Amino acid sequence: MMSHLPVLQVIVPLLAAPLCALVRHGRTAWAIAVASSWVSLWMAWKIFQLVQADGAISYNLGGWPAPIGIEYKIDALSAFVLIIVTLVGAVVTPYALKSVGREVGTSREALFYAAFLLCLSGLLGIVVTGDMFNVFVFLEISSLSAYALIALGRDRRALTASYQYLIMGSVGATFIVIGIGMLYVMTGSLNMADLAILLPELPSNRTIPVAFAFLSVGVCLKLALFPLHMWLPNAYAYAPSAVTAFIASTATKVAIYMLLRFFFTVFGVHFSFSEMQLGIILLPLSLIAIFSMSLVAIFQTNVKRMLAYSSLAQIGYIILGISFFSNTGLTAGILHLFNHAIIKGSLFMALGCVMYRLNSVELENMRGLGKKMPLTMGAFMVGGFSLIGVPFTAGFVSKWYLIQGAIEKGLWPVALLILMTSLMAVVYIWRVVESVYFSEFDESQNDDCTEAPLGLLLPTWALALLCLYFGINATLTTSGASLAAANLLRIGS
Amino acid sequence: MNAVGFLNYWFVVVLMMIGFYILIAQGNLVKKIIGLNIFQTSVFILYISMGKIEGATAPILNSNWSVYSNPLPHVLILTAIVVGVATSALGLSLVVRIHEAYGSVEEDQINEMDRSV
Repeated sequence: MMSHLPVLQVIVPLLAAPLCALVRHGRTAWAIAVASSWVSLWMAWKIFQLVQADGAISYNLGGWPAPIGIEYKIDALSAFVLIIVTLVGAVVTPYALKSVGREVGTSREALFYAAFLLCLSGLLGIVVTGDMFNVFVFLEISSLSAYALIALGRDRRALTASYQYLIMGSVGATFIVIGIGMLYVMTGSLNMADLAILLPELPSNRTIPVAFAFLSVGVCLKLALFPLHMWLPNAYAYAPSAVTAFIASTATKVAIYMLLRFFFTVFGVHFSFSEMQLGIILLPLSLIAIFSMSLVAIFQTNVKRMLAYSSLAQIGYIILGISFFSNTGLTAGILHLFNHAIIKGSLFMALGCVMYRLNSVELENMRGLGKKMPLTMGAFMVGGFSLIGVPFTAGFVSKWYLIQGAIEKGLWPVALLILMTSLMAVVYIWRVVESVYFSEFDESQNDDCTEAPLGLLLPTWALALLCLYFGINATLTTSGASLAAANLLRIGS
Repeated sequence: MNAVGFLNYWFVVVLMMIGFYILIAQGNLVKKIIGLNIFQTSVFILYISMGKIEGATAPILNSNWSVYSNPLPHVLILTAIVVGVATSALGLSLVVRIHEAYGSVEEDQINEMDRSV
């Protein structure tokens, strides 16, 4: 049983999904979704412990040995990302009962959970697999279900947002397939570990850099790096709250995982950062992303949209850490993968509570909400402060590492810019604080507005408390992230 | 190895650019999906072409032959075709929903309606 954990990690949600679609009963489907997402979290935790103790796990699918058969390979980075995805999944599914029932409608609830579990298993598949083409297949499983989930939003703009995401996402995925095809034609292998050995031995040629370019653009489209981010703000803003909370904290993170896997494991640090100069490309793009997206976030009136732009800026921080290609920079990037996932998860879930009571997340409708929904807004504030990077919150730890990484590289202006953009985060979070705590609630508009139900509050606060916990005691996350970073750099050199 | 020998790949490039151009330039949502389809099809041809070995036969064991084409790209593309079909189906069903909600499948009209809200 334990030796089959890598494949069970994918199979459990993958089989639970059609089960949800077949039972057709909202509550039963929900129970199945909760059970399978918690089982996934448990398995991810077991795998994490195994990897931390004994190093990478390799699993041959169907018993076929590696270069011929499909190999599932879980190293420190995969195990870390597995925890992120399953943790958010396990917190969002209980939350979905009330939120989805209200926002999607009871008739489509069962299908919602089916799509949700498919998305979860696709994301987990990308993380566990060691086969290039398998990555594409799982990528499409997760993306197609994500398009369907986003289109379930009540606003009709959810449909156009989903359509736009579908077009951009499919282009990105097709670029990735082209890149994989070029690697295959040069090496005759699809196994990542095998490719890592074969690629450096090839004589210098033009196909590999072209493959590298296709893969870079494809993955950057998926992870919404500036200037390939146009699909993201609308998709996050109009999707149902539970979907936004899940997708915002996992889908882009897994895309960043793909970036790390391709550039560090498959191509190797030397090829990616010395020959292809990836650092010089990613550094300015991530800085522009951080700066311009933080600026745009300040002027948003829809809070969900504001947080979507803030997500783009946070993705910039993660890519910035990666672009240093040093141990500290990578640790910061990987650490922020986790911290940003729980921060954005708690923020979007708090907004879901607001949506449940107010049917709106416009800033002007949220006036004086601090008195009406103190617990919801409290969770929002914890997430908000963490986003800014206030000490004793999770965001502080990753920014600390990031600034250290910048200083190590002698990039003082970059370190300064990180501090400056944190102040911009203060501005947009403060706009919410001002509206929520320092304005009067408009009683005529909605007089029966009270605290959100417990089913929504508990998961929201669970993530909010994690933001605080990992801000005070960050040993678990930092040790996991630094081990992953060290592994990535050792394979490459 | 000359331009004619690479004929397949030239077709791939042309098809890819046609598809990509439709995808970017067209404002009609259905046509965009068709552009996406052409774009993806060009990649299918790219894969199928690389499996071909000159003078080789189909990969079915036969005592008269010793060289076979590589079947793996075909299998990969079978998967990719399924994915492509699913993407088109989902995309087109979204277009149907968009048409119900907006009464139009033209991008500029839809943007106009969103802006006026």
